[in-house]
Amino acid sequence: MAVKRVRFTFPENLIREPIIYRLGHEFQVITNVRMADVDEKTGWVVLELEGEPDEIERSIAWAQERGVRVDPVTGDVVEG
Amino acid sequence: MSFAKNLRCRECHREYALEARHVCDFCFGPVEVTYDYDAIRKSVSRDRIERGPASLWRYRDYLPCDPDAAIDIGAGFTPLIRAKNLGKVLGLNNLYIKNDTVNPTWSFKDRVVAVAASRARELGYDKLACASTGNLANSVSAHAASAGMEAVVFIPHDLELGKVLGSSIYGPTLVKVRGNYDAVNRLCAELAGSYNWAFVNVNVRPYYSEGSKTLGFEVAEQLGWRAPDHCVVPIASGSLFVKIRKGLQELWKTGLIDEPKTRMSGAQAAGCSPVATAWQEGSMNFRPQRPNTIAKSLAIGNPADGYYSLVQLKETGGACGSVTDDEIVAGMKLLAETEGIFAETAGGVTVASLKQLAEQGRIHPDELTVAFITGAGFKTVEAVAEALNPPLEIDATIESFEAAYGARLAQGVA
Repeated sequence: MAVKRVRFTFPENLIREPIIYRLGHEFQVITNVRMADVDEKTGWVVLELEGEPDEIERSIAWAQERGVRVDPVTGDVVEG
Repeated sequence: MSFAKNLRCRECHREYALEARHVCDFCFGPVEVTYDYDAIRKSVSRDRIERGPASLWRYRDYLPCDPDAAIDIGAGFTPLIRAKNLGKVLGLNNLYIKNDTVNPTWSFKDRVVAVAASRARELGYDKLACASTGNLANSVSAHAASAGMEAVVFIPHDLELGKVLGSSIYGPTLVKVRGNYDAVNRLCAELAGSYNWAFVNVNVRPYYSEGSKTLGFEVAEQLGWRAPDHCVVPIASGSLFVKIRKGLQELWKTGLIDEPKTRMSGAQAAGCSPVATAWQEGSMNFRPQRPNTIAKSLAIGNPADGYYSLVQLKETGGACGSVTDDEIVAGMKLLAETEGIFAETAGGVTVASLKQLAEQGRIHPDELTVAFITGAGFKTVEAVAEALNPPLEIDATIESFEAAYGARLAQGVA
């Protein structure tokens, strides 16, 4: 089992979708919301995802396919 | 001896020892170095600083590492230039340029890496690492070489040769990572969590970012110990933008200048403008972007200090420019042609934003304004190559010269 911290950013068209609920049902991954800020135009959630590493990666790919942006919680680490 | 006390979370204010840590375990907020300002106040004076070395280490009392063991390749204490010619073009009567193109590896990153590398060595690390598209890689490689540390530098696989050479000359292990921007970013974040190395802008980031304060210190000292009325600063991660103000505030807290009332304005490229976009929308929530700009040194789509940059814009009454690639090139040319400074694309972003904000009336003509130019133009020659006049080519005769020179004069562009 592994734990991965990620930041999901939702575009406006996904604000009303229960993405995190569905992710937890479609994959063997425990979701733990640690921080969040959502308004009518955009929203972000810092999540801990716990499960087998491959399953975590599949769940992230699934969220990305739906239009969620997935980033490290620290912001970008590649700098100029 | 350092006056640093501890690391403190910017969000929940939990405190930690001065270790290698960049986020709070409880709320994931960024942690920041705190100091014993009473002790600094007793130790520091304008005279003591003025008698210090001509580098950022003259501000040793405000930095989180032992100055006697500092890694010093001469970063900092760069010129502050009264920019009369550029000011005349922009209608700004009291404009200064802080010229950080003249650092040892030709960018302001030498400031942050000098502090990060010094602290990393104190903490017992023997490897310095980073993921970078240019300036940071150059600086990490150079500082590691000077310190006798090993450097491991991750770069995108399609980086231009000139930028690769600017690091490889110092002898680091350079790792080209195949993949798009997001993939490279995610891999490097995972590597930083997997290896017990000092990733300068990840696990030793609290120390790294303190180096940016020295720009605030220097500007105040060079202005005769006063804060500017207005600063215009390029925003990438946002750390530089936030820390310049922290530097000014620390000088005030320790009695060296009057309370700063400086308005802090930002500069971003339109092709990577998460902070400028949120500011224009009046939101404190920025949306991460996929960068698409020639200003690659500012191309951070998900800035770690983006939120704090928005807070600072709001608190100080600043504004945030957003400029196109064409405006960036025009800004680089304008700075070179008026002040004799050849800046990289980030400098073009700053000058073009300065112009934009002046035209919008967001900078008062008589405000003492400082624009921060953070990297040298030879790093990004390809950005301007096509926009410049080609040289005249002549036969070795007076007639040939006069014909060619006359034709150029007739175009009004000699």
